[in-house]
Amino acid sequence: MSEELLRLENVCIDYKVRDGYLSAVKDVSFHINRSEIFAIVGESGCGKSTVAHSIMRLLGKNAKVTGSILFNGRDLQALSDKEITGVRGHDIGMIFQNPLDSLNPVYTTGNQVNEAIMLDGVDKLEGWKKVIELYKDIKMPDPEKRARAFPHEMSGGMRQRVMIAMMLSRNPALLIADEPTTALDVTIEAQILEIISQLKREFHTAIMLITHNFGLVAEVADRVAIMYAGELVEEGNVYEVFAHPVHPYTRLLMAALPRQTKREGRLQTIDGTVPRLTESKPGCRFANRCPLAKEICFDQDPPVRRLSGTHSFQCFFAEEVE
Amino acid sequence: MEQRNTVIHLEHVRKEFSVDNRFFSKGKRTVKAVNDLTLDIKKGEILGLVGESGSGKTTLARVILSLTKITGGSVLVDGVDIGKASKEEKKEFRRKVAVMFQDPASNLNPRETVESSIMRPLVLHGMPKKEARKKALETLRSVKMDERYLYSYPHQLSGGQLQRIAIARALAIDPQIMILDEPTSALDVSVQAQILNLLLDLQEQRNLTYLVITHDLNVIRYISDRVVVMYLGKMVEVGPTDVICTNPSHPYTKALMAASPILDPTLRGREKSIMKGDPGSLIHLPEGCHFHPRCPCAMALCAKEEPGCTALAEDHQVWCHLCK
Ligand SMILES: Nc1ncnc2c1ncn2[C@@H]1O[C@H](COP(=O)(O)OP(=O)(O)OP(=O)(O)O)[C@@H](O)[C@H]1O
Ligand SMILES: Nc1ncnc2c1ncn2[C@@H]1O[C@H](COP(=O)(O)OP(=O)(O)OP(=O)(O)O)[C@@H](O)[C@H]1O
Ligand code: SF4
Ligand SMILES: [Mg+2]
Ligand SMILES: [Mg+2]
Repeated sequence: MSEELLRLENVCIDYKVRDGYLSAVKDVSFHINRSEIFAIVGESGCGKSTVAHSIMRLLGKNAKVTGSILFNGRDLQALSDKEITGVRGHDIGMIFQNPLDSLNPVYTTGNQVNEAIMLDGVDKLEGWKKVIELYKDIKMPDPEKRARAFPHEMSGGMRQRVMIAMMLSRNPALLIADEPTTALDVTIEAQILEIISQLKREFHTAIMLITHNFGLVAEVADRVAIMYAGELVEEGNVYEVFAHPVHPYTRLLMAALPRQTKREGRLQTIDGTVPRLTESKPGCRFANRCPLAKEICFDQDPPVRRLSGTHSFQCFFAEEVE
Repeated sequence: MEQRNTVIHLEHVRKEFSVDNRFFSKGKRTVKAVNDLTLDIKKGEILGLVGESGSGKTTLARVILSLTKITGGSVLVDGVDIGKASKEEKKEFRRKVAVMFQDPASNLNPRETVESSIMRPLVLHGMPKKEARKKALETLRSVKMDERYLYSYPHQLSGGQLQRIAIARALAIDPQIMILDEPTSALDVSVQAQILNLLLDLQEQRNLTYLVITHDLNVIRYISDRVVVMYLGKMVEVGPTDVICTNPSHPYTKALMAASPILDPTLRGREKSIMKGDPGSLIHLPEGCHFHPRCPCAMALCAKEEPGCTALAEDHQVWCHLCK
């Protein structure tokens, strides 16, 4: 099944801040099909969570979104508040990046998961049984006891798994998972990845996986997008991108993985920092740090180019590297 | 090797939380988050701490910081028992030991700008405002953030930016000891590399001591001198980084190292060694070796008797019957 479920077209997102407009996302377009795991990686602060929140329409009042976001052909931005609440409850689920922010400290975690289950008209007792089942699925130790624990009584990884359970209870058509396994050890992470792959296989769930972990991308993603400073710089089939990354940022990012010990020297980094962009001007946003940059990169937007039908990148010179 | 002084000494440390079973209360149950742990951290070393999610790592960090009362044993920092420390000694301690917590967002005041968040502990320790302001700018730059973020509030920052602010706050007090709980989990690998390089530079220049808790085995292998592995509140193995990462002895450590994701999609179909069984319970701890219900090598003895410590080398210890 390669039926398209989500499509973003030329999406730009600006935040109104004290000193002007911060351009968090610039001209981003991509789509996700049913039964597909689409991974987004990129520089910290490059706009990944902002894109995710814009789909759910959860951005604050200071955010301005342009471009179109289509879900199942429907323009999500045109929906009424009531309609979008329905979409959030049933069609699109999200695992947030910071579980402590999204769990209510005064209710037990089991109650909070049960709330989500009861939205479907399940009664409380029945829902509670489901909670325990879900806690078993996500490998929570002592599920009955832990369901009665408050968020602060749980470890970082347990809270993260509560978020996963809450989302599993909804069984949405599109699941947005923003860094879902950062607090989990590798063995539990492997089990959670298995659950995610199962959702894709059995329920044809489409999954947008935001992560910094190239290991996760290599293990489960079908396609991957790389973002830098609000722009989508490369996108493609995961096998192609791993075998042949083209954009200079992608290549430098992949080289920065710690594969050694400190005795072998310092890690390779990308010189400089990402600028905080509050004025709009053309040009490639990576230019000030890019080893290939020439004058043109600083004053013109780089074109989107294709390496194959399933692999594209945004750069003037990239394919000249080798 | 030079004999290095111990800066943190943990002796038979226990931390139990009581769980009142609000509904089916039958006697008191406890979560044994840290269970009889003895460990020395030496001056100038980087000690890595890994282990199953929920195995007591953050609790151990809180114990060292005396943010939570221990239920047994003792913790000595620079020879001072923190349970019995005077007010003066405690103040001194807070200047010496910095911490960066696992959930950075929840430890920042939402109504405070980045600048005043970094400045506050400095001013508390008596630094003049002007100097503190300069320091805030310096540390923000050192964690590779555009200085214009000084006037942002926490809700205006991304996950990785918040994490870097938390690191900046810890660095700003010029500590001698740093406890870093998942310091780079929200960072992309290139910023992570910048931060790890920075931490190493500082450590070498000032002979700092770090305790680094993380699930990222690549980070542990890169940065630490020694690694401690915990499972259900106990230490199961400790040794030099290369031994633990490439040639571990405890079956849990082996399973952990084997589960590390591989960075190559073409190897997806490989046989994966997902550990069997459910994660262990800290409430109903298994008899004998805590790992035996899930251990692929368990013998009859393992279910009966708790394994003692076996020293495989002077600096390599393991708690497993197989290794005797
Ligand atoms: N409410 C807000 N107001 C102003 N600026 C914001 C707001 N939320 C985010 N930003 C800024 O927008 C940019 C993108 O943030 P976002 O959270 O989307 O990044 P991210 O890619 O998810 O990063 P990370 O990997 O670190 O979580 C950042 O520079 C951030 O500082
Ligand atoms: N305030 C508390 N009350 C009750 N139980 C607690 C409390 N704090 C921690 N625990 C329990 O102690 C155990 C150890 O938690 P801890 O946070 O130390 O784990 P961790 O090793 O840091 O895990 P993670 O890798 O998931 O962060 C967990 O079972 C947790 O639920
Ligand atoms: S003591 Fe026995 S059960 Fe425990 S880790 Fe060793 S072999 Fe496995
Ligand atoms: Mg984010
Ligand atoms: Mg923890």
